[in-house]
Amino acid sequence: MSNTKTMNVMQERDVRTRTIGQKIFKVLGKTGTYIFLLVMALIILFPFYWMIISSLKTLAEYRQAVPTFWPRQIMWGNYAEAFTKANLGDLFMNTLYVGLVSTVLSLVITVLSAFAFARLEFKGKETLFGALLATMMIPGELFTITNYITVNNLGWMHTFTALIVPFLVSVFYIYLLRQNFMQIPNELYLAAKVDGTSDIKYLWKVMIPLALPTLISITILKMMGAWNSYIWPKLVANDAAHQMITNGLRNAFTDTTGQANYPVQMAAVAIVSAPLFLVFLCLRKYIMQGVSRSGIKG
Amino acid sequence: MVDSKHQWKAWLYLSPAIILLLVFTVWPIFNTLRMAFLNGYGNMAAMGGATFQFGIENFLKVIEYDKFLDCLKTTAILCVATVPISTTLALLIAVALNSIKPLQKTLQTIFFLPYVTNSIAIGMVFATMFNIVGYNPVEKVADTWGIINNVIQFFGGEGISWINQGSTYTANIAVMIVYIVWNALPFKILILLGGLQSINKQYYDAAKVDGTPKARVLTRITIPLLSPMLAYVIITGFIGGFKEYSSIVGIFGEKMGPPDDAGRLNTMVGFVYDALEKDRQGLASAGALILFVIILVVTLFNNKVIKKHVHY
Repeated sequence: MSNTKTMNVMQERDVRTRTIGQKIFKVLGKTGTYIFLLVMALIILFPFYWMIISSLKTLAEYRQAVPTFWPRQIMWGNYAEAFTKANLGDLFMNTLYVGLVSTVLSLVITVLSAFAFARLEFKGKETLFGALLATMMIPGELFTITNYITVNNLGWMHTFTALIVPFLVSVFYIYLLRQNFMQIPNELYLAAKVDGTSDIKYLWKVMIPLALPTLISITILKMMGAWNSYIWPKLVANDAAHQMITNGLRNAFTDTTGQANYPVQMAAVAIVSAPLFLVFLCLRKYIMQGVSRSGIKG
Repeated sequence: MVDSKHQWKAWLYLSPAIILLLVFTVWPIFNTLRMAFLNGYGNMAAMGGATFQFGIENFLKVIEYDKFLDCLKTTAILCVATVPISTTLALLIAVALNSIKPLQKTLQTIFFLPYVTNSIAIGMVFATMFNIVGYNPVEKVADTWGIINNVIQFFGGEGISWINQGSTYTANIAVMIVYIVWNALPFKILILLGGLQSINKQYYDAAKVDGTPKARVLTRITIPLLSPMLAYVIITGFIGGFKEYSSIVGIFGEKMGPPDDAGRLNTMVGFVYDALEKDRQGLASAGALILFVIILVVTLFNNKVIKKHVHY
C-alpha cells in the first residue's frame, strides 16, 4: 500500500519535473527562434543602415581607418550634391514618364484582352490562349536580340517609344486578369446586355471595380519594372535625354577605385531607393500579393 | 451566342495585344532561330545587302570561344552555390516566422525589404561595404578597409581585397554569393511562408498528441507538405541564376570584373548582350539558344529529381 503511494508520489514528481523541463525547453526554443530571426533581420537591414549613415558622412570621416557607426557631422549637403551630380531630377522625370505611359497603355490592352478571353466567344479562343501561355516559357533574352534589331530598323533608337512599346503586352497579366474576370458571374454581363449597356460601360462600371486589387498589383509591378529596368534601356536609349534612373545612377558613378566621393554616391543610391520603399510601405499588401502570384521581379 | 458580331468584337478587343505580340514576341522567336543558323549574321551587314550562309558556325564559334566557357563557369558556380544556401536559409526563416506571434508582421516586412530595391543601386552599397579605399598593395595599408574587412579584423582575421585591384576570382565570387543570396531571400521567404500558412493545423495537433519531437515534425510533416513550394522556389532560383547579370553590374560596374581584370565575372547573359551590341547578332542568338537549352535541361532535370520527392 505504502509502496504504491510512494510510487505515485514519485511519478507525480516525475511528471512535474518533466513538464517544467518541457516548459524550459519551450522557452529556450522560443528564445532561440527570436534570436535567429533578429540576427537575420539585422543582416538584412545592415546594408540599408550602412547606405544611410555613409550618405551622411563627410568624405574625410568616410575615409577614416576606423569606421564610425554614426556620422559625427551630418552632411545633408551630400544629398543636394548627389541630386545635381547624377542629374537625378531629369532621370526621375524620364523614368516617371516611361513608367506612367507604359502602365496606362498596358492596363488598357490587358483589360481589353482579358475581357475578350473571359467573356466573349470566338473561334480558336482556347488555341490562341494556349499559344499565348506557351510564349511565357521562353526566356526574355531570345526576344531581346530581335527586338533590338526591330527597334533599330524602325528608327526608334534613343526614343521613349523604344522603352515603352516592346513591353506593353504581358501574357502573364492577361492571364491573371482573365482568371479574375471569370470569377464574376456571367449573368451580370447578360443582364447588362439585355439592358442595352455597352461593353465598355459594363467593363468600366462592373468588371474593373471588381478586379481592382489585381489592377493595382499590375500597376505597382509595372512601375517597379520601369524603376528597376537596366538592360533594355542600356541597349536602346542610353543617351542623356532618355536615360532611365538605374542607368543614370550606374553611369554617374563608374569610378570604383581611387578618389570617388562615396558619401555622395550613397546619397544618390538612397534617393533612388526611397520612392520604392515609400510605395512598399503604403501598398505592402498589394505588392506582396502580386509578387507571390506572379513570381517575377518588376 | 457565337454570332459574327461577337467574333468581330472579340478580335477588335484583342487586336492591340495580338499586333504587339506578333511583332515583339512571335517574330523574335523565328528570327532569333534564323539568325542563329546564319553564319556570322550581323544586322548592319544585312541592311547593307550582305547575305549569309546557312550553317552552325555561330554555335561552334560560341563554344570554341574561351571566354564563353568562362561565362558558363561563372554562371554555373553562382547558380550551384546560391540556390541551396538561399533556399535553406529561406526555409529556416519561414519556419521560424511561422512559429511566432508577436513581431511576426514586422519581421515579415523587414525580410521582404530587399525585394523592393533596385539591384544595381543596392549592389553599389554592397560594393562600398567590401571596397578598400586608398589601398597600397605593397605595404598593405589602406585608408578604409571597408566595413566587412573591419568586422573580419575585429574577430582577429586579416582583411583581404574583395573587389579591388589584385582581388582573386574566389573573393569576387564570394561577394557575389553574399549579394545574390541577400537578394534572393525575400521572394523565397514569401512563397514558403505562404505555403506554411496553408498547411492544415490538424497535422501538427496530431503530432503534438503523439509527442513527436520538433525536428521530426519538420522533416516528416512540414517539409513534405511544403515540397511543391520548395520545388517552385528551387526551379525559379535556378532559372534566375542562369540569367544572372545585373547584380554583377551593380557591384562591379559594366566592366564585369575588378579594375585589373575586366570581364572576369561576365555571365552567359552578359556574353549575349556583348555580342548583340557589337552587331554580331548571329553569335548572340546562338548564345541565347544555348542558354535556353541549358535552362530547359536543368529545369527538366530538377523536375525529375523533385518529382520523386514532392508530395502533392
